[in-house]
Amino acid sequence: MIECKNLVKTYINGDVRTDALKGVSFKIDKGEFVSIIGPSGSGKSTLMHILGALDNPTSGEYFLDGHEVSKLDDDELSDLRRNMIGFVFQAFNLLPRTTVLRNVMLPLLYSGMTAEKRIKRAKECLKYAGMEESKFMNLSNQLSGGQMQRVAIARSLINNPSIILADEPTGNLDTKTSKIIMDAFRELNRKGHTIILITHEMDVADCANRIIQIRDGLVERDAANKPNDHLI
Amino acid sequence: MIGDLFKETIWSLAGNKVRSGLTILGIVIGIASVIALVAVGQGAQNSIAKNIESIGSNLIIISPGSQRVGGISQGGGSSETLTVDDAEAIKSEISNVSAVAPSISKRYQITAKGNNTNTQIIGTNSDYLIARNVAINSGSFFGETQMKSSAKVAVIGPTTSEDIFGADADPVGQTIRINNIDFKVIGVTVSKGGSGFNNQDDIVYVPLLTAQHYLSGNDYLNNISVAASDQQDMATVQSQITELLLRRHKISDSTQADFSLMNQNDIIATASSITGTFTMLLSSIAGISLLVGGIGIMNMMLTTVTERTREIGLRKAVGIRKIYINLQFLTEAVILTFLGGGIGIILGWLASLVISKLMSMTAQVSLSSILLAFGVSAGVGIIFGFYPARRAANLSPIEALRYE
Repeated sequence: MIECKNLVKTYINGDVRTDALKGVSFKIDKGEFVSIIGPSGSGKSTLMHILGALDNPTSGEYFLDGHEVSKLDDDELSDLRRNMIGFVFQAFNLLPRTTVLRNVMLPLLYSGMTAEKRIKRAKECLKYAGMEESKFMNLSNQLSGGQMQRVAIARSLINNPSIILADEPTGNLDTKTSKIIMDAFRELNRKGHTIILITHEMDVADCANRIIQIRDGLVERDAANKPNDHLI
Repeated sequence: MIGDLFKETIWSLAGNKVRSGLTILGIVIGIASVIALVAVGQGAQNSIAKNIESIGSNLIIISPGSQRVGGISQGGGSSETLTVDDAEAIKSEISNVSAVAPSISKRYQITAKGNNTNTQIIGTNSDYLIARNVAINSGSFFGETQMKSSAKVAVIGPTTSEDIFGADADPVGQTIRINNIDFKVIGVTVSKGGSGFNNQDDIVYVPLLTAQHYLSGNDYLNNISVAASDQQDMATVQSQITELLLRRHKISDSTQADFSLMNQNDIIATASSITGTFTMLLSSIAGISLLVGGIGIMNMMLTTVTERTREIGLRKAVGIRKIYINLQFLTEAVILTFLGGGIGIILGWLASLVISKLMSMTAQVSLSSILLAFGVSAGVGIIFGFYPARRAANLSPIEALRYE
């Protein structure tokens, strides 16, 4: 499903050379719930950008569902993101002053799908992500943090992606809401979605079945995990 | 696809009404001010040209030359060289002349019924009507008898009449007092629609002899108006007059002439050089407002698009292709500039109408000013709405999302 082979990413800023990734390799199978954990500066954000087809590696190979991602151009990367990856961001990243429904339908723009089908699909995803129907026409900026993240999850599901990539999804939420959102991810995983969670908090990472620890641009530890829901 | 693009654009514009409104306002002001300013400029130019034409075609004005005292010029018209005899000689010796009107003019305070006004008194004869295109509205102009007997009669302009007798009064038969002498009003001229300085409606005509006896006290003239019978004879008539007057004044060298001739074309040439300056002034004001408007539009567009870099990043991250993002922002810029442009044209045109009503001239909205104002504003709006959006869409989604 996902295969990384010796991923290297080097940033050159003037004379300063930063090796964010120094050769990362791993495989993730369909239906897995994987946490990628590491302190800030470990290279986990860079790894997430590459996994999310938001950025290309300096060298190495990345296969997503059999596609060699590092060889794709800007438009092909856009298509890949739209069809195969659902993003959930720390900052929610919803369109301001825009209804919940329209936010969820955003990735369907220019898809040629009829308006009725889009609305039907968006409503399904919102219910799936645990959003109350009464809030569907609310503006995104009128929602609480937990509600916003549910909308973001619904948006990530809209194109039925191969993987859901969550970047610190609980970073802007309080402990109680965090637990609700993490439960939502566990529920999605139980329904068969592949989830990759990027975080720096061990107790959040602990929800996954597998934890990949990154440090100084290298995989430090990659091991199965028994999720302990009570820790959150 | 196109439906999506259009809906997305409209939602985006309607979603932030203040931002869209302010952008449109900037464009409206830029375009409206340029259109109104240029309209006023062209209206002024036309009204000046019309004023000059109303003086009379085929007109040649002879003015006394500058007096020289010990080699120092006293300025044009300062000498006393033209006489009534000169005027009569022109009338009798030169063919192709339809009217010769010698005249004296001077400003006086005139009073009647306790009202008073300061106006121009012209002493002349009935040929003045032909030479200067003056027509009588009510009453009559003075005839031969009144001319010869230096009768104390006056024909007044409509503005003068209104100033001293009121708007609807009939001044014919009333008395006005000029320089402490009573004059009987025998006629009112038709309005020529002039305004401001040298208003041809604010004027009092008296017989030439009367003016010489009671007002100026000497025989010299301020000018002689000559009307050629045909426009084609203008050049011949002008050279014949010059020759005749040089002979009469016993001057052999034409450069030493103590008089000067001016025809309507000369006046128009002089006036157009003045209105040309005026138009230049207005054009530069319009140019500056166009520049200021353009900078305003540029600012609005740049800030709104920069503000939306994160939005562009998000759109890219969820997989919307660059081209659609570019198209959306281009459509937004086009809609904003066209809406603003349309409203601006209407407002500029309305402003010109209001100015025409308030001032006594017709402001003329020209197509070229509309095209120029609209073109510049639309160009600026579209370039600065589209270019930064294109730049943001070319960023990697990460960079765009992180943009603050």
